[in-house]
Amino acid sequence: MADVNWVALSVFLALFGFVSWLGFAAARWRKGDLDQLHEWGLGGRRFGTVVTWFLVGGDLYTAYTFIAVPALAFGAGAIAFFAVPYTVIIYPLLFLVFRRLWYVCHKRGYITAGDFVRGRFGNRWLALAITVTGIVATMPYIALQLVGIQVVIGALGVGGSGLFGELPLLIAFLVLAAFTYSSGLRAPASIAIVKDVLIYITAIAAIIVIPAELGGFGKIFAAVPAQKLLLAAPGEHTTGAYGSYATLALGSALALFLYPHSLTAILSASSGRAIRRNAALLPGYSFMLGLLALLGFFVIAAGVHDLPAYAAGFKKFGNNFAVPALLLQSFPPWFVGIAFAAIGIGALVPAAIMSIAAANLYTRNIHREFINKNPTDKQEAQNAKWVSLLVKLGALVFILFVPTKYAIQLQLLGGIWMIQTLPAVMLGAYTRWFNAWALLVGWAVGTFVGTSMAIATNLQNTYPLSIGSYTFPGYTAVYTVVLNVVLAAVLTPICNRLAGRDQADETRASDYHEAPGA
Amino acid sequence: MTEAKLKRGGWSWWYLLFVVQFLVALWPPFYNKAEPHLIGIPFFYWFQLAWILVCAVLTATVYWATDD
Repeated sequence: MADVNWVALSVFLALFGFVSWLGFAAARWRKGDLDQLHEWGLGGRRFGTVVTWFLVGGDLYTAYTFIAVPALAFGAGAIAFFAVPYTVIIYPLLFLVFRRLWYVCHKRGYITAGDFVRGRFGNRWLALAITVTGIVATMPYIALQLVGIQVVIGALGVGGSGLFGELPLLIAFLVLAAFTYSSGLRAPASIAIVKDVLIYITAIAAIIVIPAELGGFGKIFAAVPAQKLLLAAPGEHTTGAYGSYATLALGSALALFLYPHSLTAILSASSGRAIRRNAALLPGYSFMLGLLALLGFFVIAAGVHDLPAYAAGFKKFGNNFAVPALLLQSFPPWFVGIAFAAIGIGALVPAAIMSIAAANLYTRNIHREFINKNPTDKQEAQNAKWVSLLVKLGALVFILFVPTKYAIQLQLLGGIWMIQTLPAVMLGAYTRWFNAWALLVGWAVGTFVGTSMAIATNLQNTYPLSIGSYTFPGYTAVYTVVLNVVLAAVLTPICNRLAGRDQADETRASDYHEAPGA
Repeated sequence: MTEAKLKRGGWSWWYLLFVVQFLVALWPPFYNKAEPHLIGIPFFYWFQLAWILVCAVLTATVYWATDD
């Protein structure tokens, strides 16, 4: 690998050191009793519109996203832009569906999706299915955040081969684990503010400076091969790339807020109004992501992948090295330090929230439900803190000993798994009509068929569904969640007859919206 | 009556603005073309970027219209 880039490294370390301090200091921010789970794991549900904006933005638009989306644009072209319609349609969902969930969780003291499903459907096995899905889908996602850190550390010229070469990653991770343990959700909330400011600075600079260096957007897009520039128009008897593009956007959007880390960030907001406002304000991040996706084309136009200086990086990290290489090529070392810090710190925020979310799930819906039914507040919070360490350790071991491509493939499967909780959680926010056992069967079949389809296509995320002479390539998650919902709907009357209509529902219709006069 | 209903989280006609966001975003034939370019950027890219901003305004409109 290239020599150590000292200037960039110094700026990077200074910023990294600052946010580490901030992470520990955050324990005293809007101080609460961190021996209570909702204080540690939801920041006391005290974040207003602005902090929620930074927190949710820092949570959803992860470091890996900023590396992987441009990398996909660089490698595969226009299809990578599905991230844009994807991030457009998540906000109406946030505004309508997840506002209801916020109210009911606030009213009933729910901390996780498992809590909600347990209360709504009164079935702890369905809640367990939701919980296990959340934890299993989150683990590879945390691991991918580490890939983000790994790539920028590698690009700074630090690290070599073997375990010793991973030492910087190990240190970054220990710091992350320690401040998450001590400060809970307040740590990523405060760090998110710094991270997002750095990311915006980087994105704006990149979108202005690099096209100027390359001679304008016209020249950049002229350098992009024609077949990458637009989606291929579908042939006869197929919806082709259009179907893939739209279903990838739709499926990713439906799955996004079902992820435990998304719900954790949403539930930490102080009011339903803060959620609705953010549905209009968060597209600011989508716009930036769209701009950053264009960096993939800048890489093509700048010819960075053909420069010998970056050959080793591309060899080691594949297309994920595209953005770091472009930044190294286009900016002075001090600014590279800022940009890389933005990506590295950008990995800490979601990794911290994800581990907190997984810890909340385990503590509430597995430990409390099946092991110790009456924990004290302190025991519960302590339990979650330890689990957050364990989850991160698992992700670290994964990334050190398992090839990166497996983390990426597992994360892809994670989207298919996560969306199977949609009927219970999102439809459950509106109706108690479904029978819990029918939902459980729908979940199991959706998960099984989705996994099988993914394996059958060699872990592609789209599946060419054939009906007669027509082919509909589309995101596996969308196909299987439709199957899931249909199955749950058909089985509901049958299960009601067999098992008796189970009326257990501790929530009331009035829990799902603003209390009158509030 | 309608106001009380709205407050209890019922349907509002303003939510149709969300449907518009969905339909345009999820219908690629609508924007999968290179022309017209904007400062050298093909339509496919600048339109979708612009659509993000339009959707933010639409969502803000729904917020103001349904907030009491």
